[in-house]
Amino acid sequence: MEIRSHKFRQNAADALANEQLQNALAHVRSKFIQKRAKAVNNLKAFDTLRDNATAIKNHTLENLDVYLEIFEEKVIAQGGQVHWAATAQEARGQVLDICRRVPAKTVTKGKSMISEEIELNEFLEQNDITPVETDLGEYIIQLRGEHPSHIIAPAVHVNMDQVRDDFRKHHTHLPEDRVLEEPKSLLLEARGILRERFLKADVGITGANFLVAETGTSVIVTNEGNGDLTQTLPRVHIVLASLEKVVPTLEDMSQILRVLARSATGQEMSVYTTLSSGPKRPDDVDGPEEFHVILLDNGRSSMLGTEFQDMLRCIRCGACMNHCPVYHAVGGHAYGWVYPGPMGAVLSPSLAGVDKTGHLPNASTFCGRCESVCPMHIPLPKMMRHWREREFEQHLSPPSNRRNLKLWAWFAVRPGWYRLMTRFSHLGLRILSGWSGSIRWLPFARGWTRHRNMPGPERQTFMQAWQRHLVERRKS
Amino acid sequence: MSSPPNVAVFVTCLVDLFRPSVGFATVKLLEDAGCSVHVPIAQTCCGQPAWNSGDRKDTREIAEAVINAFESFDYVVAPSGSCAGMLKKHYPEVFAGDEEWQGRVTAFAAKVYELTEFLADVMKIIKFDYAVKADVTYHDACAGLRELGISRQPRALLDALIGIKRTELKDCETCCGFGGTFSVKYSEISNSIVSTKVENINASSAKMLLSGDLGCLLNMAGKLGRDGSTVEVRHVAEVLAGMIDSPPIGDRKQPRRDKIS
Ligand code: SF4
Repeated sequence: MEIRSHKFRQNAADALANEQLQNALAHVRSKFIQKRAKAVNNLKAFDTLRDNATAIKNHTLENLDVYLEIFEEKVIAQGGQVHWAATAQEARGQVLDICRRVPAKTVTKGKSMISEEIELNEFLEQNDITPVETDLGEYIIQLRGEHPSHIIAPAVHVNMDQVRDDFRKHHTHLPEDRVLEEPKSLLLEARGILRERFLKADVGITGANFLVAETGTSVIVTNEGNGDLTQTLPRVHIVLASLEKVVPTLEDMSQILRVLARSATGQEMSVYTTLSSGPKRPDDVDGPEEFHVILLDNGRSSMLGTEFQDMLRCIRCGACMNHCPVYHAVGGHAYGWVYPGPMGAVLSPSLAGVDKTGHLPNASTFCGRCESVCPMHIPLPKMMRHWREREFEQHLSPPSNRRNLKLWAWFAVRPGWYRLMTRFSHLGLRILSGWSGSIRWLPFARGWTRHRNMPGPERQTFMQAWQRHLVERRKS
Repeated sequence: MSSPPNVAVFVTCLVDLFRPSVGFATVKLLEDAGCSVHVPIAQTCCGQPAWNSGDRKDTREIAEAVINAFESFDYVVAPSGSCAGMLKKHYPEVFAGDEEWQGRVTAFAAKVYELTEFLADVMKIIKFDYAVKADVTYHDACAGLRELGISRQPRALLDALIGIKRTELKDCETCCGFGGTFSVKYSEISNSIVSTKVENINASSAKMLLSGDLGCLLNMAGKLGRDGSTVEVRHVAEVLAGMIDSPPIGDRKQPRRDKIS
């Protein structure tokens, strides 16, 4: 996916003007928040579980190489194969090699953000292989030629009417006069179409929520069961996962699972939790003949040992964006790359370069709500600030901002001069605010006054008034 | 009786420039609570504009100046969760890894409180000997709420004040969209966020909006003012101190009040 994060301002303006999108976002603003709050309040031990989950991931990240090697050994021992991919390009190549060897014409896919990150669908199509998304949300946006706007609800920006139109446009073999009024009828239609594709597919590709080292197992959670069909029906199953998905044991996985669904959708558990360990064994009733795991790095190992290491604890629950006022205002596409919201504002600069994604860590009010709900205690605002520091060090922030900041800082450490400066500012603001007490147009903050008044100051600055107050106090 | 605690007021740059009333209300509340109140003259700003812009060097210089000016007092109190949070939670990060300053910054940070937190938790204020008649609702400014855990204190203090009618604001814990320079740099987004906030304020029955941070108050008052709303906007300290006869934020006229009967 081409990076459009440098156009964040424009993307955001477009999103704000898009009425349909704004209606769709209202859903995120209310439903996700309520559901999570309810689930969390119902589980007394939630905070303890969060701490445990955080500790598990911290331990794993400190010993990442060890656990990845154990995972690899186990997968191989069970008859599977592990492929290490340093870059997106390598990962794509590995998928293509496997598909060509099969040979595969159609590939079914479970929901995978890694697939988005490495732009797999476009690549497969270029190589005459048809990727079919099987998660309903993913399927809808695939029909629409779009990308996910949310990491767990990829089509959250689309409303029902649009889905209905898309289905009528693409499913032309079905009777035109069929009734598609209810969400249920849309679901049934999609299910019918996807059933056929499942049976035809030569390769199934899924992501992974966890890779369990002790058992060599890859784990996905879904609500539709599409992941199961994707990985059991085709002859070959490919798991696409990034390095940091590994956890030491099944017990560790189940600890983290308890915070994952609650944080994401407010469910106690997702409907399906599917574990796969290697290809079909002689006495298994079903399963793939080949089992491959592609382990993608793509910049993650260079986050280890830096101030961004904590970001690798992320379990992609989406709670941070569900609670983010900026995400609520502009939705996921405005962020201009695969990962939106607060987690994207930290992760995207790491993976795609801060020079291209510099807006993202800046476009935050630092309200801190993301960190307060993150099940993995990831200090998202702090890490956004670290990106701002990097930008400042590398002179990536606009020169005029830097000049103003430097000038202001010069005054801020010289109280006498600062007093003088505030007197002038005060006078200017006082005049501009006139008889009404509010400013409707302010030359240096036009962004502010375009939409809001700037309240004018009171008669004197506090320091002036305080000095006078002290003198009067002494007199009396 | 032990001698009254020496409390230094960190006025904050916005209160200094825009709303001295908040500073005077703070001083009154602290004096009424039995503190010996000081206003160190060498204060300017807590350094957040630099810190949040990634400028560590300037932040550090400002932080040193603040610590020098304030560390000799028993307590440092600010009428702002955001600035108190900067002094208490972020200064230790500013000096992280600096052995020489570690002890000083830790001791300093331990003395810092937001005003309502200090009044409720340290001075244990549970009643006031005057009444204030106002119909209010309270917005939880983000930094105070999430960095310092301030939520109970301003509500408890307001409820202790005779004459106050307080209703909860829908989504009172959602950001107002201010975010310092964010409000100017990403003004369209900021406007969208504050518009939602203002809808909730207008939907509440309250006639007065209160909060603990002047930045957020300027933002919400500015939007309410542009929309022609009649909701009066004030810092919570003004109401707690019974100082509500001055014009509200963004206005130059004194509000008309019914006499308290
Ligand atoms: S950063 Fe935290 S809240 Fe956001 S997706 Fe990752 S784990 Fe969930």
